[in-house]
Amino acid sequence: MPQASSSAAPERYMISVDGLRLLIEALRARGRRVVAPVVADGAIIYDDIDSLELPRGVTDEQEAGRYKLAQRGDDAYFGYAVGPHSWKKFLHKPALRLWRAERKGDEVTVEAGRIEPQNYAFLGVRACELKAIAIQDRVLMGGDYVDPHYKAQRDGAFIVAVNCGKAGGTCFCVSMEAGPKVTQGFDLALTELISQAAHEFLVEVGSPAGAELLAELPRRPATREDTGAAQAVVEHTAASMGRHMPQEDVPALLMRNLQHPRWQEVAQRCLSCANCTMVCPTCFCTTVEDHNDLAGVESSRTRRWDSCFTMDYSYIHGGSVRPTVLSRYRQWMTHKLATWHEQFGTYGCVGCGRCITWCPVGIDITEETQAIAASEKA
Amino acid sequence: METRKPRLAVWKFASCDGCQLSLLDCEDELLAIAGAVQIAYFPEATRGEVRGVYDLSLVEGSITTPHDVERIHEVRRRSKTLVSIGACATAGGIQALRNFADVREYMSLVYAHPEYIRTLETSTAISENVHVDFELRGCPINKSQLIDVVSAFLAGRRPNTPTHSVCIQCKLKGNVCVMVAKATPCLGPVTHEGCGALCPSYDRGCYGCFGPKETPNAPSLSGWFASMGMDSKALQRIYRTFNAHAEPFRKESERHDAQDRKG
Repeated sequence: MPQASSSAAPERYMISVDGLRLLIEALRARGRRVVAPVVADGAIIYDDIDSLELPRGVTDEQEAGRYKLAQRGDDAYFGYAVGPHSWKKFLHKPALRLWRAERKGDEVTVEAGRIEPQNYAFLGVRACELKAIAIQDRVLMGGDYVDPHYKAQRDGAFIVAVNCGKAGGTCFCVSMEAGPKVTQGFDLALTELISQAAHEFLVEVGSPAGAELLAELPRRPATREDTGAAQAVVEHTAASMGRHMPQEDVPALLMRNLQHPRWQEVAQRCLSCANCTMVCPTCFCTTVEDHNDLAGVESSRTRRWDSCFTMDYSYIHGGSVRPTVLSRYRQWMTHKLATWHEQFGTYGCVGCGRCITWCPVGIDITEETQAIAASEKA
Repeated sequence: METRKPRLAVWKFASCDGCQLSLLDCEDELLAIAGAVQIAYFPEATRGEVRGVYDLSLVEGSITTPHDVERIHEVRRRSKTLVSIGACATAGGIQALRNFADVREYMSLVYAHPEYIRTLETSTAISENVHVDFELRGCPINKSQLIDVVSAFLAGRRPNTPTHSVCIQCKLKGNVCVMVAKATPCLGPVTHEGCGALCPSYDRGCYGCFGPKETPNAPSLSGWFASMGMDSKALQRIYRTFNAHAEPFRKESERHDAQDRKG
């Protein structure tokens, strides 16, 4: 389990592309299920890998409502931003059975859903995603009621983070102070360095488990030049964000503009399809469904991701509390950017840009916030 | 004490029979269904008929003739719970395309002796004619959902047939959005879930077989399709399929129709 980095001088080493392959193999040799970015169905998604099956030389072009793969012209393994998947699909599963019950005569037996830790190793986790995982940790394990399903996957997970070498067109992690440089919550962190002479990765150690693994790999200590080059990579990424939030107190801005006409405008575009919440790496809401068989002998309860954009989500006796799309969009956006603070002490947004890219009609949370901010200055 | 098994009836109106076939297609669960209910009226499956009142009536098909109108009232009178199944029964079906045209003109083209034909000007949903207790969407319906509706009826619980978008199902499955990543027009964001996101899972856009979702915003989606290059004729057509008469789709196709006529 990753620890916050210690105050001692961080250890930095260099590994080669072959070293990266050996890293994956070492994780697998420890019985870990290694999940990493791979190209599938016209996008970069997260899936199991056996070896170095990363998207080599591939990048993505992202805009509001648009995503496209392209060739980079080099052999970079991490030369893209985040895609439609996030790590929550492994930690906070889209659907799972909570329990099943069976009746035999007058006896009813209830059996809790099996918890099967997958012993994950996540490779290629970005700074915004580490922040998102930390946010879900707070929500799902940080209070009095711990979600055992989440905890089982999270506790054992080994994290190999990557500093972003490229900002996506919809990225705004700098505004949310969530990246692009990873600072904590990892076992190992890589920065990809490609020059005429070499293709290497600068490795930072974030935990004893990370140090122990790195000790097995062929490596050399990083030079001052290597460290400088790695710093230049994240600085360049930070300077090329595709989007920005207004530079002001966003929670206060939104909460004093709950009746702003802009909400009506965005509601005319919003499809209430829930794509933004499904791709959001911090959205955690679920609903439960009860099932029974025809004979009335067996029944079960399943849990699956839900969204504040559905009518059912706010349904109580008498109807939905948020029947209009306006009220649902406003609920979502103010929760992400304002009321999350009151509830959990942080933003619920990490600036990954997924909600912008994967909105079928390209609604942009930064543009909506900017519009409200600009109207106050007009 | 021996209790009488609930009586099930399956009725057909204007339809292709595909939805009631879903019941026969249940295979593994068919014996369980026959064990849980008395199949009292189901001409597609058996000639036997139990007359009287039925606890659960599944109604397939739309109302297209004066005789249908009489018969659906009779079905309603004899059914304690009436569930309409499939796009014909819940939205008028593909045959509701007649609602946008002159039926007499069609008759004169199709039939040698149109004077023998007694039909209505429109094809309408069961719920437009009698009170319906529950509507199960789809063209065709999803057989797992049908089994769930019957199990829910027997257990006295709510069926699991979410009314939200197909998009949620796509995301639960981990599908990459065909519209965002491949610029394939997809009705998923305005369509009722139920198929398990079948078409997008095979790299095609959604055709809207399960009709409009709750609070659909078709005009916004159409605007995006237009920016992808679809003209008003194409936009009119995508909403005029199996659920053409469902109000949100009907209004949207009529809007594009009017635009197309204006040129």
